Amino acid sequence: MDSDDDFNSSQASQDEFMEDSGADFDDDSDLDMDDQDVGFESQDKDIKPTKQAYETEFKVFDPPQIQDSQDKQIAEVSNILVQPPEATAILLRHLRWNKERLIDQYMEKPEEVLENAGLGESSEANPPKITKVKGFMCDICCEDGSDLDTFAMKCNHRFCVDCYRQYLYTKIKDEGEAARIRCPGDKCNRVVDSKSLDLLVGDDLRDRYHELLTRTYVDDKENLRWCPAPNCVYAVECSVKDRELPRVVPTVHCDCGHYFCFGCSLNDHQPAPCGLVKKWLKKCEDDSETANWISANTKECPKCQSTIEKNGGCNHMTCRKCRNEFCWMCMGVWSEHGTSWYNCNRFEEKSGSEARDAQAKSRQSLERYLHYYNRYANHEQSAKLDKDIYLKTEKKMQQLQNSTGMSWIEVQYLDTASQALQQCRQTLKWTYAFAYYLARNNLTEIFEDNQKDLEMAVENLSEMFEKPIDQLQGLKVDMMDKTAYCNKRRIILLNDTAENLKQGNIFPSSLLFYWIINNATGNWEFIVSLT
Amino acid sequence: MSAGAKKRIMREYGECLADTPPGMKINFDEQNMTKWEVLLDGPDQSYYAGGHFKLEINFPNEYPFKPPVVAFKTKIYHPNVSNDDKGSMCLGLLRPDEWKPPNKVVAVLRLIQTLLIEPNIDDAIEPSIANEYKENRKEFEKSAKDWVKRYAK
Repeated sequence: MDSDDDFNSSQASQDEFMEDSGADFDDDSDLDMDDQDVGFESQDKDIKPTKQAYETEFKVFDPPQIQDSQDKQIAEVSNILVQPPEATAILLRHLRWNKERLIDQYMEKPEEVLENAGLGESSEANPPKITKVKGFMCDICCEDGSDLDTFAMKCNHRFCVDCYRQYLYTKIKDEGEAARIRCPGDKCNRVVDSKSLDLLVGDDLRDRYHELLTRTYVDDKENLRWCPAPNCVYAVECSVKDRELPRVVPTVHCDCGHYFCFGCSLNDHQPAPCGLVKKWLKKCEDDSETANWISANTKECPKCQSTIEKNGGCNHMTCRKCRNEFCWMCMGVWSEHGTSWYNCNRFEEKSGSEARDAQAKSRQSLERYLHYYNRYANHEQSAKLDKDIYLKTEKKMQQLQNSTGMSWIEVQYLDTASQALQQCRQTLKWTYAFAYYLARNNLTEIFEDNQKDLEMAVENLSEMFEKPIDQLQGLKVDMMDKTAYCNKRRIILLNDTAENLKQGNIFPSSLLFYWIINNATGNWEFIVSLT
Repeated sequence: MSAGAKKRIMREYGECLADTPPGMKINFDEQNMTKWEVLLDGPDQSYYAGGHFKLEINFPNEYPFKPPVVAFKTKIYHPNVSNDDKGSMCLGLLRPDEWKPPNKVVAVLRLIQTLLIEPNIDDAIEPSIANEYKENRKEFEKSAKDWVKRYAK
């Protein structure tokens, strides 16, 4: 009975959480509770696997946690190298936070490592401090006077505190430098450490300095990446390496709500691997705007395939590139027309029909592209429209709450449905880029079926969204069903593509060559190389 | 510009006056001390011998924490001077990440003189001229001298 009690109490607390958490979703303790609950449920029912094939493991870090993990590593290495923490930090940054390499290199040639990191040639052992020095003149501002506050690091290049401060200000604020600010002394490569910096600058600059250091830290670490959402301060840790990207699409979900690809930082583009996405976006940039116009207004020169626009009335075309003369109507060589007549009526000409074949082929490939592009662009556009409608609906949800006395929680199904629509359309959009590059094999049919099922599910749900607000309430159950179905179809599609991407690993090495030349990735074959 | 920066520029001008590198004249306007005009003779042992070049040195507001900006006002055929109406230079000391606040303008002037004698091919702003200097010295010499005759007499 113990476990039942547990379950009940957990249920109760869940309900409480739902009811009073409307104002504050970001509270950590609430989220933790939510997590525990899911864990409990999966234990209890034992149906859901913990991770789907298309999901990647990741962890989200907030700024204090990022700072903390830096501090921990610094403390650890500081002990091993017997160097003060501020120097250890410089050493770690110098070797891009590769602890093992730093320790190896340092054990072998400590002087060289220190020198390269900007910590060499220390002539003073005492900790840095601000002092007054007799007979001092600052080499920067040319001020002298024995009452002048001065500062020097261990390299002993001494300047007045004001100049030192101004120097650091210029480096940090104007140049955005932090990890490798060198001593202001002529030709000196000593790096300014955080302890010296703390001594010299105010809170404002110090905060900026540490912010910049943290930025370098995340940039340097291969397994960390900033969330690209505007104003988001979180970083995501994920162990997927660059070389694995043809086999896995590592979508991560930041605590700010943004879904993005850990491999390329673009918005979630499952099921298409990063390599395809890059090629596709480039292609769309090059082609989309002009493709339609080209298709409608131009033909290719039958000899050199340059695209030609007919800009005069005469059918006698001379390709500006290869000087080939041909007839615009039949695409045949102009000389075959003879010189006596002008209008083309010679459909049976051999060279003409060959040229038209070539032309047809090129048009066909353009049409193929446009087929996929239009569907890709359509889902993008529809997602925007869905969202617009949702925003209008949201307002009406308030009215619905007021007029029917329904609680906040009772109208949440609209929110859930809207999110499902956005996510499914995002996936669908990329299935078209994926399909464009996909070479036909026995798996493509299953993929296309999955695509079709998801698309139909999405369109059904999307249609409901357009219903007037007074009908929406009656559709609640239906809508929830359709939402669940969309999500289910999406998972099925993504699992299928992800599994077949991954499964290339099991190819025997004798087939490796075959695999490379055929651009196969996993069980998929693509018409382009992914790397 | 801060009083400290002005003081420093004044002081640097004084040092330059006392110890002007040979073949150089500095026009200093106390009303506008952040812009120096320098007249530079092409060094005898260089391809620019006999030429007189007008340079402008501009001190940024953040001087001396940022380097001065040098521009050739007289056209010059040189790998390290941009071949446009700006005539800008960006190498060695003049780069923000190389410049250190204790560095002085006179060091910049000496650097320019050295570069007229021996261009820095590895850090060229005009790659095609640098390439010609490396591969076809005769042709380079001809253009350099030609430009001296045309623009720098």
